[in-house]
Amino acid sequence: MEDVVLMKGNEAVGEAAIRAGCRFFFGYPITPQNEIPEYMSRRLPEVGGVYIQAESEVAAINMVYGAAAAGALAMTSSSSPGISLKQEGISYLVGSELPAFIVNMIRGGPGLGTIQPAQSDYFQAVKGGGHGDYRLLVYGPASIQELVDLTVLALDRANHYRNPALVLGDGILGQMMEPVRFPPMRDLGTLPEKPWATTGRRGGPKRLINSLYLQAEKCEEHNRRLQAKYREMQRTEKRWDCLWVENAELVVVAYGTTARICRTALEPLRAEGEAVGLFRPITLWPFPDDPLADLLKTGRVRAVLVVEMSAGQMVEDVRLVAGDRVPIRFYGRTGGAVPSPEEIREQVRELVRELR
Amino acid sequence: MRVAFKRPDALVDMPTHYCPGCTHGIAHRLVAEVIEELGVFDRAVGVAPVGCAVLAYDYFACDMVQAAHGRAPAVATGIKRARPDAVVFTYQGDGDLASIGMAEVVHAAARGELVTVIFINNAIYGMTGGQMAPTTLLGQQTTTSPFGREPAREGYPIRVCELLERVRGVAYLARVPLTGPAQVARARTAVKRAFQAQLDGKGFGLVELLSTCPTGWGMSPREALKWVEEVMVPYYPPGEFRTDAADPGGGPLLARVGSEVSGKHGEQA
Repeated sequence: MEDVVLMKGNEAVGEAAIRAGCRFFFGYPITPQNEIPEYMSRRLPEVGGVYIQAESEVAAINMVYGAAAAGALAMTSSSSPGISLKQEGISYLVGSELPAFIVNMIRGGPGLGTIQPAQSDYFQAVKGGGHGDYRLLVYGPASIQELVDLTVLALDRANHYRNPALVLGDGILGQMMEPVRFPPMRDLGTLPEKPWATTGRRGGPKRLINSLYLQAEKCEEHNRRLQAKYREMQRTEKRWDCLWVENAELVVVAYGTTARICRTALEPLRAEGEAVGLFRPITLWPFPDDPLADLLKTGRVRAVLVVEMSAGQMVEDVRLVAGDRVPIRFYGRTGGAVPSPEEIREQVRELVRELR
Repeated sequence: MRVAFKRPDALVDMPTHYCPGCTHGIAHRLVAEVIEELGVFDRAVGVAPVGCAVLAYDYFACDMVQAAHGRAPAVATGIKRARPDAVVFTYQGDGDLASIGMAEVVHAAARGELVTVIFINNAIYGMTGGQMAPTTLLGQQTTTSPFGREPAREGYPIRVCELLERVRGVAYLARVPLTGPAQVARARTAVKRAFQAQLDGKGFGLVELLSTCPTGWGMSPREALKWVEEVMVPYYPPGEFRTDAADPGGGPLLARVGSEVSGKHGEQA
């Protein structure tokens, strides 16, 4: 294990991808993730990789598609408006069953919005975004170390499932610096073989990378295969974190940067003896529904507060899990505004007063 | 007995879905012949477009990748950068390349990507039912220009070779009509030179093949060939626009003065 280094999130995600075996980056500048392409443009040549600044986000994701088709572990990164442009390519990656790693350092929207951090692309990330029935593996890291760890995991899982994986960060996660440890450089020889890759036949059978199935029956069969993968992901890929939930009567549910702010908000309340806890989804898809349901099933939890930097997106998934078991309250800030620990604490205090 | 003529191994032995009189079959064959002649069949990777030629991925016997509409040059870029020893080509129609995919083809050219683009210009959207293309000629009636293409309403047809002629990074650029044996032989030479530019590491190559769409045009195959000669060729002059990777600079280019691909007929092996 190497020493701890102090690093910005946007640079750490790039280094982590390289450590995990990624040698191809195709991107396009957009704030607040510009340090990712900047880092990759100087770092990838050092490890024999390829960096291309594409003419658009559309072209970048299609370069990822081509490189992935040829067997490479490739990535792209962007922020909200740019991720919107990549949706077509993401749908094709899924349809052609190609692995890819995508980073979205979210900024406030809609439209050009703002360059300040937000979590308003949750729906886009976990419920589609592009056309067709599909899912991405979506990870919501809450620290730079977790960003590194989940990047390595996301690349590995994308390769395993032949399906794109997405890290959903935000402008804060991309811009802040924290001490971080990287895993050792992965020996590329240990990456899985890809006999399906279109590298030229080289004496073997013809390979085809394609998402077109003109006959409905064939296309449905293809969809069934995809859905089987998603069921497998739901069985094995859910990740979450719990804090102080053992005796909690009020549980806050938040992910990513917001979960950290919530922790800071709850700490003094815990010290005061309030029975408040934090449930933090780490995979946003598959959503950790069973563990949350288990927590709510104990009967001890009397209310849930969902906090997001959005007008209320993940809260819908929490409601699906909770049903009418417990009341769900939502607190959100939008358009790039970041909730302070104090305002979250006030929301919690108010809810605690109501429960008494 | 000596075999004088056969189906190239780079083409799969199967019937195509192309309409009678459509020149896609000829274009496919030329690409397949060149791939074989250059001895690169085993490392060839083709990128199929969206449009009539999407099923080219079934017809070519080499590895194939299907791309989203217009994105073939970006996909080809990814393949080539990931596997520089692969010989990569795209096969794109005019809607795919000159409308929705204009950015991708221009920038692949400007990067000097070592890929070969086969550009089928038949002045119409064939697959979707004969709608107006960026290359639809003035006055030409289509299902979405029912009164004939009018500059004030639908703008002007785009000349792709003339547009790319100025782009540094291009190493080979030619336009040839697929109207008769002599032209087909020239087209073969042009396709070969475009692939050769890739193999020699010189830069981006594109061959525009003026093609027929008898179904979309509402013509017999013979009328369609005549229409290419009489209507398309005057607006889209054939010739070699670029034969090397030198900086085209700002002045007039002379390569197309000859107005025909300079390779002599019969030079092909």
